Amino acid sequence: MSLLEGIIEAFSLILTLDPYLIKIALLSLQVSAVAVLLATLAGVPLGTFLGLKPRERTRFISKLLYTLMGLPPVVAGLVIYLLLSRVGPLGFLGVLYTPTAMVAAQFALAVPIIAALTMIGIRSSGKEVQETARTLGAGRFLTAWTVVRESRFAIFGAIVTGLGRVIAEVGAVMIVGGNIEGHTRVMTTAIVLETAKGHLELAVGLGIVLLFISFIINSLLYNFQGGGKGSVW
Amino acid sequence: MSGNKIILEVKKLSKVYDKEVLNIEHLSFHKGKIYGIIGPSGAGKSTFLRLVNLLESPTKGYIYFKGEKIFLNDHTAALARRDMTMVFQKPLLFHTSVAENIAYGLKARRFPKEKIKARVEALLEKVGLKEFAGRHAATLSGGEAQRVALARAVAFEPALLLLDEPTANLDPTNVQLIEQLILELNKDTEMTIIIVTHNIFQARRVAREVVFLHEGHIVEAGETKKIFTSPEDPRTKAFVEGRMVY
Ligand SMILES: Nc1ncnc2c1ncn2[C@@H]1O[C@H](COP(=O)(O)OP(=O)(O)OP(=O)(O)O)[C@@H](O)[C@H]1O
Ligand SMILES: [Mg+2]
Repeated sequence: MSLLEGIIEAFSLILTLDPYLIKIALLSLQVSAVAVLLATLAGVPLGTFLGLKPRERTRFISKLLYTLMGLPPVVAGLVIYLLLSRVGPLGFLGVLYTPTAMVAAQFALAVPIIAALTMIGIRSSGKEVQETARTLGAGRFLTAWTVVRESRFAIFGAIVTGLGRVIAEVGAVMIVGGNIEGHTRVMTTAIVLETAKGHLELAVGLGIVLLFISFIINSLLYNFQGGGKGSVW
Repeated sequence: MSGNKIILEVKKLSKVYDKEVLNIEHLSFHKGKIYGIIGPSGAGKSTFLRLVNLLESPTKGYIYFKGEKIFLNDHTAALARRDMTMVFQKPLLFHTSVAENIAYGLKARRFPKEKIKARVEALLEKVGLKEFAGRHAATLSGGEAQRVALARAVAFEPALLLLDEPTANLDPTNVQLIEQLILELNKDTEMTIIIVTHNIFQARRVAREVVFLHEGHIVEAGETKKIFTSPEDPRTKAFVEGRMVY
């Protein structure tokens, strides 16, 4: 099969909504969406808290977060694998090679990104917002909410960056998910496998879908960075 | 007028950063008056306001607001903040409409909706921004933003209003508008106002009493007229005559 035929075949798989391809794409989105949602719940409060602290008191944890931001996915996968494997401390949960394990691995990858980028966003004006809110008589909760609200574009940007990272990674989900067909196979692991098997039309089709999702994510990011103006296109 | 009631009092108040930047033995402020705090750059004027507003803790000393000792880190802070507020030199408006900005303190105090609406409208009128209710705060000019910040601060009628250089960098028209607002507010609501200003003429125009701070210490305090016409300390004299270089 020529490359051109492969690409044409890939488009026909997408346009005919090939069930194998759709199933894989949906699982990818599901796993990454849940992972990022959970990572947001953990990372945004953490980043906000750190962003409001004086810089010199968060030096160590900032460096730690920056390091974890660049953590190779396979290493994250390995750590989660060790935790979840039969002999690991969380082995009794029996979730290795399930989507739950994949969510855990992607969560571990996304939290540092979301927390660190939130922290940076909050640092730029968070302190002033906090003081203004307090001065106007806001209680603890309203003050925190106001700080988050005022940095919403930076925070959305952090979340979308996290999503972009986890949906495109392959190492972690491969290790803890096992790339089991119909169960833990996602777009990236499927591309690796189908390419190896010579099913280029499938690999290219998935690649195109992934690229498209990536484009949407980065368009959103671009808009948030511009202060929330403009549409996806 | 409840002219002699003390609303704010500080005792042995000191703030040390790298060195001591403020050291006030005793100072009291009476209800319903407008006070000016003047002094050269770095004198500790902003530091004083930030301590009173509980944005910073004093290194030593105490602040009494409405007769109660107040501290940043306990329940007295929330009580104090219900009834005093501060407008910063470069006010930060929230990224939302002008009306929402003005309503902020009222919402924080759970005012009923209709009351908030009425107050916001009245204030917009008062600060001359009636047409601006729906405008996004980020689109305002410096003078308009400062007026919105002032409206937002006084919306909940605090007993004590702290103003840090509210007219620095503004054009004469806006300066006049804001000074007028300050005088009206004080007259209509008996709000106690402490205004920090570089501008000795402004202090003269709006303040009943003036405190002259220099290197963290009170050099002289008293009736505005007296400070300006017959100051006792040579440094005060130099400052009010514009001869102090800073
Ligand atoms: N957070 C801080 N850390 C260290 N030093 C500080 C801090 N805040 C203020 N200072 C110092 O305290 C002194 C008083 O500052 P303050 O801001 O109160 O002066 P000011 O009278 O308001 O001056 P200006 O008229 O320029 O606004 C200055 O020397 C300033 O550098
Ligand atoms: Mg100052």
